[in-house]
Amino acid sequence: MLRLYIAGNSSSSRRAEQNVMHLRKFMNAGAWKIEIIDVLARPELAEQAGILATPTLTYENQGRPRRVVGDLSDTRRVLEFLGIEADGDA
Amino acid sequence: MTPDDNDNPDILERVKTGVNAFDELVMGGLPRARTTVVGGSPGSGKTVFATQFLAHGITMYGENGVLVTFEEPPRDIEANMRSFGWDLAGWRREGRLAFVDASPPANDELVIGDFDLSGLLARIQHSVKAVNARRVVLDSLTQLFDHFIADPKILRRELFHISNALKQSGLTVLMTAERNNEYGEITRHRLEEFVADNVVILRNVLHREKRRRTIEVLKMRGSHHAEGEAPFTLLASHGVVAVPLSSLRLEQQSSMVRVTSGNPAIDEMCGGGFFRDSVTLVSGATGTGKTLLVTNFLAGGVAAGEKAILFGYEESKGQLYRNASGWGVDFARMEAEGRLKVICLYPEAQSLPDHLVMVQSLVDEFQPNRIAVDSLSALERIAPDTGFREFLISLTSFIKKREIAGLCTATSKSLIGGESASEQHISTLTDSIVLLRYIQEGETMHRGLMVLKMRGSEHAKEIRRFSIDGSGMHLGEPFKDAPNVFAGAGAEYS
Repeated sequence: MLRLYIAGNSSSSRRAEQNVMHLRKFMNAGAWKIEIIDVLARPELAEQAGILATPTLTYENQGRPRRVVGDLSDTRRVLEFLGIEADGDA
Repeated sequence: MTPDDNDNPDILERVKTGVNAFDELVMGGLPRARTTVVGGSPGSGKTVFATQFLAHGITMYGENGVLVTFEEPPRDIEANMRSFGWDLAGWRREGRLAFVDASPPANDELVIGDFDLSGLLARIQHSVKAVNARRVVLDSLTQLFDHFIADPKILRRELFHISNALKQSGLTVLMTAERNNEYGEITRHRLEEFVADNVVILRNVLHREKRRRTIEVLKMRGSHHAEGEAPFTLLASHGVVAVPLSSLRLEQQSSMVRVTSGNPAIDEMCGGGFFRDSVTLVSGATGTGKTLLVTNFLAGGVAAGEKAILFGYEESKGQLYRNASGWGVDFARMEAEGRLKVICLYPEAQSLPDHLVMVQSLVDEFQPNRIAVDSLSALERIAPDTGFREFLISLTSFIKKREIAGLCTATSKSLIGGESASEQHISTLTDSIVLLRYIQEGETMHRGLMVLKMRGSEHAKEIRRFSIDGSGMHLGEPFKDAPNVFAGAGAEYS
């Protein structure tokens, strides 16, 4: 499960959304659910997750939860950090 | 251009912090809808000060608050602040306080590309709305900065944005920031430069083996403030208690009401007794009868139907009782009847600001008509020079403001004359000075008493000899051809 926390349509949020869509191409898209949460509309969800910065991509699996802060402009590093096997050449 | 550039500084509304003396330093409180950075080294009391700002808003002024914590999780803060008597958990349940928990989460984090802190701002605004807050505390910015240490430029931009957004909602914001040194760079990362309308510094300096806490208002945009460091103390069940100092105005009422010194002959020399709201200094070498004068002063008040309190820093309660009964005064009975309170304490037991706060709270509790301190010289032992002078100013002004009669003693170092250091400090602060001296006449040593100063009144100018026996002090005839009582032991006059 991936969650992307964004803030309205700020430029970095829009870029992050595009980059996440790009990311999906290199992942086994069917196995991954990506949820996009706007902190301006749902601040209580940001509170629950303890989000400070936007955009933030969170990834929760059985290990330590991981987060990527920023517009995710470097797809390969994002995948590497999350430990997600690339399904092609990023 | 900030939104409040057009504000008239004269009409800045003030938000009381709850630290009374501090509010005086900043002319009534922190300006409403402004940001104040409180800088301090670790352990200087930043979090306590910031929490007190919220606690007093909630309990005294009906202003709810939001506490954004970047370091400790809320439950730790709730536990830590309980000792100051603040029920943060209770206020949280009642909807008067909300936390934004921004303490570091247990996860791995990577920063790739540009970001902002809209997540944080949205959470703060959400909490502000939830409890209808008027005050917001961010504790501490340094932790937030360290969290995103690789992107200081983004952090500066974002903090500026957050600060402005909160101000525009009319919130009064207090942010804490760490300092590396007590004297030097104002805060780490120079945070105050881009977010703060006002800068306050808390210090905790080791001076002559004693900790000295001070608070200083460094900057207050568009407003006047007192300058320099004012001492403060951290007290269980009170929090930060600043000691009023440079904010003191000589505004206490001076009445012409006279009260007895406890000795009719001295009353006569003073033109009818001490003034009710005045402080008298009794100065003399050891054994000249200072404690006797204190005893008379207390007993005289109690006999006139007043309540009296004594702070003894030289002798134990037992000794004081025994001395008093040796002069025919029964302290034990007076205390049993609730007319007298005697507190004996080693000066070294606590710091001077703590002594001062103790005197103030006991006076507020016991409501005496007169107070005696025996002796100031003992207290002077434990303080650096500036600290002692500050203490004296605060003590004497407190006594006068409460309109009670005060008597303090000071021990002069030489036996027959000379000034003690306390005298130099206190002589201008006290309204009256009574000198007790040993005076040699031929082959014998006598005791002499003179009234050196009596503000606002005529007084006798002669030096009276006196004796002490089982019923107290007895004034005799004036000395003729007395030697110079101001001369030090080594000086010779012909």
